[in-house]
Amino acid sequence: MSESLYEIVIGLEVHVQLATQTKLFCRCSTQYGAPPNTQTCPVCLAMPGSLPVMNRTAFQLGLKTACALNLQIPNFTKWDRKNYYYPDLPKGYQISQYDLPMSQDGFLLITDPKGQFEPRKVGIIRAHLEEDAGKSMHDEAAGKADSRIDLNRTGTPLLEIVSEPDMRSPLEAKAYLTELKLILEYLGVSDCNMQEGSLRVDANVNLHLQTPEGKVATPIVEIKNMNSFRAVERAIAFEAERQYEVWLETKQKIGDVAKQTRGWDDQAQVTRAQRYKEESSDYRYFPEPDLAPVTTTDEEIAAVKAELGELPRQIRDRLEAQYKIPAYDADVIVNQGQTTVNYYETLAKNSGDGKLASNWVQQEVLRVLKERSLEIDAFPISTERLAELVKAVAGKEIDGTRAKDVFAEMLDSGKSAPEVMKEMGIEKVDDSELENLCRELLEANPKVLADLKEGTHKAVGALIGQAKKKNPNIDPGTFRQMCIDMSAKM
Amino acid sequence: MSLIHASAAQLLTQLESGEITSVELTKACLAQIDVADKQVGAFLKVMSESALEQAESVDTRRKKGEKLGRLAGVPVAIKDLLCTKGETTTCASKMLENFVPPYDATVIAKLKAADAVLIGKTNMDEFAMGGSTENSALGVTRNPWDLKCVPGGSSGGAAACLAASMAPLSIGTDTGGSIRQPASFCGVVGLKPTYGVVSRFGLIAFASSLDQIGPMARTAEDAAILLEAIAGYDPHDSTSANVKTPAYSQSVKQPLKGLRLGVVKEHFGDGLDSEVEQATREAINVYKSLGATVTDVSLPHSKYGIAVYYIIAPSEASSNLARFDGAHYGHRTNEAAMLEQLAQERAALEAAGDEVGLAKLDTSLVRMYRQSRAEGFGPEVKRRIMLGTYTLSAGYYDAYYLKALKVRRLIRQDYDAAFKDVDLVIGPTAPTPSFAAGTKTDDPLSMYLGDLYTVTANLAGIGGISIPCGFSKAGLPIGLQLQGPPLAEERLLQAAHMFQTATDWHQRRPELS
Ligand SMILES: [Zn+2]
Repeated sequence: MSESLYEIVIGLEVHVQLATQTKLFCRCSTQYGAPPNTQTCPVCLAMPGSLPVMNRTAFQLGLKTACALNLQIPNFTKWDRKNYYYPDLPKGYQISQYDLPMSQDGFLLITDPKGQFEPRKVGIIRAHLEEDAGKSMHDEAAGKADSRIDLNRTGTPLLEIVSEPDMRSPLEAKAYLTELKLILEYLGVSDCNMQEGSLRVDANVNLHLQTPEGKVATPIVEIKNMNSFRAVERAIAFEAERQYEVWLETKQKIGDVAKQTRGWDDQAQVTRAQRYKEESSDYRYFPEPDLAPVTTTDEEIAAVKAELGELPRQIRDRLEAQYKIPAYDADVIVNQGQTTVNYYETLAKNSGDGKLASNWVQQEVLRVLKERSLEIDAFPISTERLAELVKAVAGKEIDGTRAKDVFAEMLDSGKSAPEVMKEMGIEKVDDSELENLCRELLEANPKVLADLKEGTHKAVGALIGQAKKKNPNIDPGTFRQMCIDMSAKM
Repeated sequence: MSLIHASAAQLLTQLESGEITSVELTKACLAQIDVADKQVGAFLKVMSESALEQAESVDTRRKKGEKLGRLAGVPVAIKDLLCTKGETTTCASKMLENFVPPYDATVIAKLKAADAVLIGKTNMDEFAMGGSTENSALGVTRNPWDLKCVPGGSSGGAAACLAASMAPLSIGTDTGGSIRQPASFCGVVGLKPTYGVVSRFGLIAFASSLDQIGPMARTAEDAAILLEAIAGYDPHDSTSANVKTPAYSQSVKQPLKGLRLGVVKEHFGDGLDSEVEQATREAINVYKSLGATVTDVSLPHSKYGIAVYYIIAPSEASSNLARFDGAHYGHRTNEAAMLEQLAQERAALEAAGDEVGLAKLDTSLVRMYRQSRAEGFGPEVKRRIMLGTYTLSAGYYDAYYLKALKVRRLIRQDYDAAFKDVDLVIGPTAPTPSFAAGTKTDDPLSMYLGDLYTVTANLAGIGGISIPCGFSKAGLPIGLQLQGPPLAEERLLQAAHMFQTATDWHQRRPELS
């Protein structure tokens, strides 16, 4: 493996569509999927004479996100024009933020409960607001070279979140994106739907290599067109290998060539150079004269912080402490989103056993949701009913294997756990009955008894099967312990 | 006095009393346009039919005793860069020759709500870039006082139609002097309000931070009436001032007691025509006779006004005019011819094996942009787009744009300091009276210098008014300029009205054959 030969250096630029009802500078709807050019007005069509008016809700969502990402929020921010020509940008400029963004200098903590990488604080350079462009659809079939433009998306509010080049592996990049997406979803600031383009990722990647002449860096490449986190992971891995090959061949260092943009081809699983024009890089930024600068008071910022609520990292820590579950469990539950957390917490409280509740959520509930493509809100068994079952398992009224049968029946019939258990003849075996059964079997199996007396506890396994035949309701764990204890006194 | 020469104030009284009807008045204006506009060329479009419909509607509703708007039945001419729903709005450019906006500018909506009669769209320098209206791509406007001379600009048609009695009220826009200078050249009143007093929504932008819509009329009182109808906070314009609109039409007639005027030293230097200087000095004496105290004030950074203006305005223009690219509306080059030409160029390069040439060859999109803009814009517009693109470019931004913004602040500070001691500053509107058409078209710099005394008000964001104060020996009008602190439009109008009670320059009308 070439991993030891180089270090991958990754910075990510994430564009998030903010979940506002209307666009950033006009009152057109932001609803996805409407027929082309039906959600437009003179402002977002850039009709001569039209003027932008800022959507304060978009700004508030930006503030919320900035607070959650530990970003510094200045009291004064302004808008700038980024000038370039493209048919899906009808004004000929994009209203964005240049030198005084609404937030800068924050961080996001990423960890891996499986321990595949050390916890890392990924710096966030800035998060700023800007308007989205429209969509171009090119039909270059048979030399027609026909292009169609849909301006429904034009003016949709975007938050651009730019990380420091602090990630060192594709896995870390994926963890950063996963955690970022989770935070955005917990905050409710975006639906983060990558297929609909609500969340877009560009990656800046290069390598640091140790050479006899010292440490060198390869030219930075920007990767675009990645439509899933998996694609991001693979594109970065591919790009690292490719850059290493290029380095071996050319020995090109950073600064030797202009920054390159490459697109990820998901079909071929390769990155390809995109057509690049040097002159397009001068955006002639200048302050947007049609919009007033935005001021935010310290009180407003404090109020946003106060209303943030619990963020994923805090919830993980709390679940671990409050319900005595491992970090891994907390991670799985929290990563499912707020509704699953709520489901889990109610289940844990009602059943009185946090770990068992966690197991049931992870193993059974999530499995069924996945099989049936359901959201947790639509899960057929309520937390109260599932708690009855988990409680029965915790109280050894029923063993885990049979509990799963009960669970399956509850799922299909909609009946409660006690109802199903009664139908299946499941009831807790009382202690005297269990003692009798234990004595009877030990006496009938002197070899097992002898083994047990010698301390070979696994011998009891042979008796459990027999006991279950005689009384299917016995709890194997309790029965096992009782045999061991009793053998010592016999 | 005949209808066409009467002031809007008089006409409103006569309309209200039933002495005249709006239809009569509108017909009189249309008849005058019919006669005079052949010579003057103030209008790009005369909206005879819709104007008469509006007039009829006002008359009918008046008869029924309905409550009418404050300009009910009075014709108003519109500079052709205010979007007017369903009516071509051209900016006097080939680029927008056939552009029909789907919406009304706020000012147009307010005029309609005031029951004004929109009589036509007036000529201007293309995209308001110029000082003589000679940059119009769609027509020639002449000065009614001397048809060989220019009406000024960019609101040349707006000023000329007032001077030639084709309309009693007119809407202009002023980015560096475009209301005040043509008002001065045509012997009418033109007010550029404080930035933000009138909504810019629907005004096709030249330089967003400088553009301001304002009233033009033959008297200060009429300007006050028109300003009252169009001013006011507009939630569609983020730069609109959120202040209550004063009752300009009421306060205008109250004389100002103890008015303190500051004579701008820098406005009496090199380049000032001696006849203009004399008329201005005499006007200052009129104010003295009316009880004003007059002192000298200095605006030391005003000498940089033109330089600063010609960095900021083209910079903003280069961006504002980017939307005119042929892709969505406006002029688009003949695509079939363009594609054929491009194919020929490609074939020639391929035949010659010219790899470099092929790599540099435009894509069809880029060629469409280039060619549409090359055909759609006139030379002055192109000049300013190039200037602005250059000054905003990486490596030049700090030296030009950023520096200009700093000097802009100093210019404002000069005014703030001056207004601690005086109520208004006074001086000439333009260095010269009107000049013969064609004499400056090859010398853009001398044309730019015509904005010397007006441009600083736009840079500082304050209001200024030009009123007639005399005539040159050649019989051309001379304008007097007053400028005030932010939101001092009432004071400007009052001071202008005071002057007009003591003089009759504004009552003179040109002889049109
Ligand atoms: Zn819109």
